[in-house]
Amino acid sequence: MIAELGLAALWLAAALSALQLLAAIAGVRAQGSAIAALVRPAAAVQALLCAIAFLALLYVFASTDLSVALVAANSHSDKPLIFKLAGAWGNHEGSMLLWVSVMALAGGLIAIVERRLPERTMLATLGAQSFVSLGFYAFLLFSSNPFERLDPAPLQGNGLNPLLQDIGLAFHPPTLYFGYVGLSVAFSFAVGALVTRQVTPEFARVMRPWVLGAWIFLTLGITAGSFWAYYELGWGGWWFWDPVENASLMPWLAATALLHSASVLAARDALRTWTIMLGVVAFSMSMIGTFLVRSGILTSVHAFAVDPERGSFILALLAIYIGGALVLFALRANTVAEGERFALLSREGALVVNNVALSSILGIVLLGTLYPLLTEAFDLRVSVGPPYFNPVGAMFFLPMLVVLAIGPLLRWRRDSFARVRWQVLAVLGLAGVVLLAVWLVTQIKLLPLLGIALAAAVALGSLLPLRGRDLGRLPLPVWGMVISHFGIAVALFGMAADSAFQEERLVAAGVGETVAVGPWQARVTAIVPTAGPNWTAMEAQMAFAYDGGAPRLAAPQARQFWSPPQETSEVALITRWNGQLYVAVGNEVENERWQLRLWWKPFVTFIWYGGVLIALGGVLALIGRVAGDLRRRAAVRLIEERRADEANAGFPLARDRA
Amino acid sequence: MRRLRLSLWLLVALALALFALFALQLSRPKNEFVQSALVGKRVPDFALAPAVESHPGLSSADLADGRPKLLNVFGSWCIPCRAEAPQLEALRRQGAEIVAVAIRDRPEDVAGFLQVYGDPFTRIGADQISAVQLSLGSSGVPETFVVDGAGIITHQHIGDIRERDVAILLDELRRAGTGA
Repeated sequence: MIAELGLAALWLAAALSALQLLAAIAGVRAQGSAIAALVRPAAAVQALLCAIAFLALLYVFASTDLSVALVAANSHSDKPLIFKLAGAWGNHEGSMLLWVSVMALAGGLIAIVERRLPERTMLATLGAQSFVSLGFYAFLLFSSNPFERLDPAPLQGNGLNPLLQDIGLAFHPPTLYFGYVGLSVAFSFAVGALVTRQVTPEFARVMRPWVLGAWIFLTLGITAGSFWAYYELGWGGWWFWDPVENASLMPWLAATALLHSASVLAARDALRTWTIMLGVVAFSMSMIGTFLVRSGILTSVHAFAVDPERGSFILALLAIYIGGALVLFALRANTVAEGERFALLSREGALVVNNVALSSILGIVLLGTLYPLLTEAFDLRVSVGPPYFNPVGAMFFLPMLVVLAIGPLLRWRRDSFARVRWQVLAVLGLAGVVLLAVWLVTQIKLLPLLGIALAAAVALGSLLPLRGRDLGRLPLPVWGMVISHFGIAVALFGMAADSAFQEERLVAAGVGETVAVGPWQARVTAIVPTAGPNWTAMEAQMAFAYDGGAPRLAAPQARQFWSPPQETSEVALITRWNGQLYVAVGNEVENERWQLRLWWKPFVTFIWYGGVLIALGGVLALIGRVAGDLRRRAAVRLIEERRADEANAGFPLARDRA
Repeated sequence: MRRLRLSLWLLVALALALFALFALQLSRPKNEFVQSALVGKRVPDFALAPAVESHPGLSSADLADGRPKLLNVFGSWCIPCRAEAPQLEALRRQGAEIVAVAIRDRPEDVAGFLQVYGDPFTRIGADQISAVQLSLGSSGVPETFVVDGAGIITHQHIGDIRERDVAILLDELRRAGTGA
């Protein structure tokens, strides 16, 4: 019954979405059309209906209603409750319903609160939003119905892929989806502005919180995904340039560029067409990302998410939305008036460099990801990996970091080198000194060396905007920028240090033996079988001593799940402030000796600390922007009330002072 | 402005080309197998001790004695290897000479396997640590290579041999024999 309720809510929402689209078209074509008044209520009710549908899905998963096909395929009555709930979106249908629901909530929110743009642009935006939703409703209802019944109902469910039975991963996909959906909102705003040719600073200010929110979620999603791959897959790496990782990185790169160009548009009314273009590209990358993950067109570690038939459906949506938006863009781009001009040495100039570099990296990653697909069309199989991505990406990434360290010091419109000379020299000097010092002491490879030097420079450069300012009165968005940029330095340092100083040992060891890796001594004290709620494991109980210090205990496991049957590696991580020891246990090699893989990874944790800092900066900026918007709205309301009072009183009291 | 407009239409064309590529690749059956890089090249040098008393061992020299052969990579512990045994037997009856490499196996198990599932092999080498298997570019069992008389790999069959594969393998073997 609950499942049918969810399905009915979903169909109603789809119908409302169609109504919203038609009403919006009528409203955009004929000013003051009566039917246009339906657009906002339709969006709001859709949000409610989708929330009901998603709650219905959570309910059938929480109660393990095995007569629902999706529950039977993905859940099991023995699973802990949190993973039962995570099972609701840990599969194709459920995750698509989550996507649609979040999209409807976002649409409803815009419809209810957003009044700053001209009404016609808002109608076009909400129309675009419903056009996108409609495609996803069709996808969900025609090819991925999450509420389909199974008759007869099985006695027990199949369980959830054990790799996904992990708290970090329960939240990784939804986080990315929130990011993707946020970018779909930015896309709708871009299309709306393009339809009515109203590409204004106001438009950028309205769109910015959505881009910022999407960007925060994408940052967190990528950080969490990277950490998950690091400790769950047992390979000791944190980034593999796997197609699916790239699929999440590409929208992030586009969103980062969009965030910065929207700032230029909001503050200076420049980069109009470029911002629109990035709005289209950012959502395109989300769609391409979803397509690559879901269609299985590329071989990747995310093979559990694959289904080629659905791939064709997403491809059709991709072609309609992205192709359509690009055509609209090509038709309209030269009717959008050119924005303000600026000097090369200015804040805008630095942000343009940032945008060009980010777009280039995006192009590089896109090319590297799709290249195997292209050659496969000619029956040649290649795989593209770190030897391509690292150096080619670094060519743009490293110069961008130099600009990142200096750009925030520049003034808008025009600046002179003389004014920022000392700060620039300090930043570059620090980079030079660190480069030389690290090279003299360690003689590491070029890329990590440059990485460490630039991390120091970016860290200094990111803090310089605080100099000479009253920290108590500094606006939140500036704090956000400082913290995010500092987070980039932290993460960069972690990446460079890990690739430069990492030490690895692969050994076969029995009980009582000691293995040395880096400054660590690891002793195997016992190897015993152990069991959990839905798995059994061989556990290596080990004592680890850092540099002759007191030993710390940890126990890596090789786990065997039985529903569905699969082996996973539960690594032992021993974290110190200066790095992490990473231990994975493998198979028994000969009598009573087990494969052990140990890595000492100096400062590797800084990668994720950095990721969290970057996201935190985004959160501060978002709070600052939204609070500013609310203050402004309150001020406007106050002025309007006064005007009304004046009109009632019959004489002017005062001109508005705001 | 003109240039901008042209480059934008170029972008549209690029996007369309990308979608077409996606569609093409979606419509083609996905081949998850990784073909060995050694197809068309000489078998790497190796010499394996006999895996079972009844058969001689196998070395790379045996694969370059002038007669084309099938080289079967199997294990007595491997279930698909049992499934393909009748097809190997059919190949032998139709004149194929088949040699084998047994992966991580024990002599008594190999003997038991041959007794139960038939013995189409003239030689069986024992590869205790998968060294020869890896050097052949074989990623699993069972796999079957066609090797011409000069010791050059001309074809690789990944997975168990089904009935429809018998004719294909015979054809490949004949082509390897004539040098076509």
